[in-house]
Amino acid sequence: MASIESLTAFQLDVMKEIGNIGSGNAATALSKLLNKKIDMHVPSVRVIDFESMMNLVGGPDEIITAVFLRIEGDAPGQMFFILSPEEAESFVKQLTGIDDFSVIGNPNNPMALSALQEIGNILAGSYLSALSDFIGGSLQPSIPLLTIDMAGAILAEGLLEISQVSDYAMVIDTLIDDHEDEGDPIKGHFFLLPDPDSFDHLFEKLGVNNE
Amino acid sequence: MKTLVDHIVKVGIADLKFADEPMNLRTSGLGSCVGVVIYDPRLKMAGMAHVMLPDSTTAKKDNLNPYKYADTSLPILVNTLLDKGAKRHNLKAKIAGGAQMFSFSSTNDMLRVGERNVIAVKQFLETERIPIVAQDVRGSSGRTIEFSTETLLLNIRTVNQGTQDL
Repeated sequence: MASIESLTAFQLDVMKEIGNIGSGNAATALSKLLNKKIDMHVPSVRVIDFESMMNLVGGPDEIITAVFLRIEGDAPGQMFFILSPEEAESFVKQLTGIDDFSVIGNPNNPMALSALQEIGNILAGSYLSALSDFIGGSLQPSIPLLTIDMAGAILAEGLLEISQVSDYAMVIDTLIDDHEDEGDPIKGHFFLLPDPDSFDHLFEKLGVNNE
Repeated sequence: MKTLVDHIVKVGIADLKFADEPMNLRTSGLGSCVGVVIYDPRLKMAGMAHVMLPDSTTAKKDNLNPYKYADTSLPILVNTLLDKGAKRHNLKAKIAGGAQMFSFSSTNDMLRVGERNVIAVKQFLETERIPIVAQDVRGSSGRTIEFSTETLLLNIRTVNQGTQDL
């Protein structure tokens, strides 16, 4: 079995391509939803320890809005769609017109929360459908769950499966950019965390040599 | 609670650290993980573990970080305190964490890991006869905890339920 620590540069590049394909499709879905140009790109695929993963979103204390879902099928894993409180509020405003939603001060707006969950659902769904086409297999997302809490508390949940075999996780990060320098720019993260057993399967499906 | 940064020993995820007066021990963003503080109140000496999983025997690989598991981290915590001069009969414990962050309706054991962590930690402390003098466990909120070796209080902060000192 390929272990996370010993993935080659080429294998990481393949993972990055997987991220690009998924996020390209998700960007199209989001562009349609918000009716403006959205870009997503995968800056890098990283094999990092758990602490560093928390630091990618501002540290374990940072309050984040996260949609979490479990992927079942040919390449099981977990997926997070993460927004900062400001990003989440901006998203809600652009999508629903609700402008008094506040992640920390006034979070109990069912319409706003449901909009965030739905965004996560649509984006994750489009990401995964591109990915399953690419690998020629099936990937089924679980029902997405929305949580607003500390990054450490949320992300650790996605690391449990991996932590049985490794002290490191492979993170396929995706940055979202809506090309607005002022006004309400949206910047978010997608984290795709394949289960350790999924690597072999992914590489096999893609015809990548796996020693 | 604002404390001077240079008084804080940071404990990461799956980590274990020690401190003497006047240092504070802090770990951030506990979800299903459990923060365990064991201390000797006379010596004002404490150790804090950030436990991620209950049981190292479920590991599918050797040589993993021993601080990740309750059954391997906590014995190191206790023995190190004893090596540093703490008295076994003085030791006390305060614990926090073990939340369920997402409510999947699933039978998957991984999703009940918070509860299993709490049980594993309590079992260990009971076996070692170390009394739990304060606890804030389970629920569905993330917690950041900070233990003061001066006051011996455990400060617990959540996003929506404010802070408390136990």
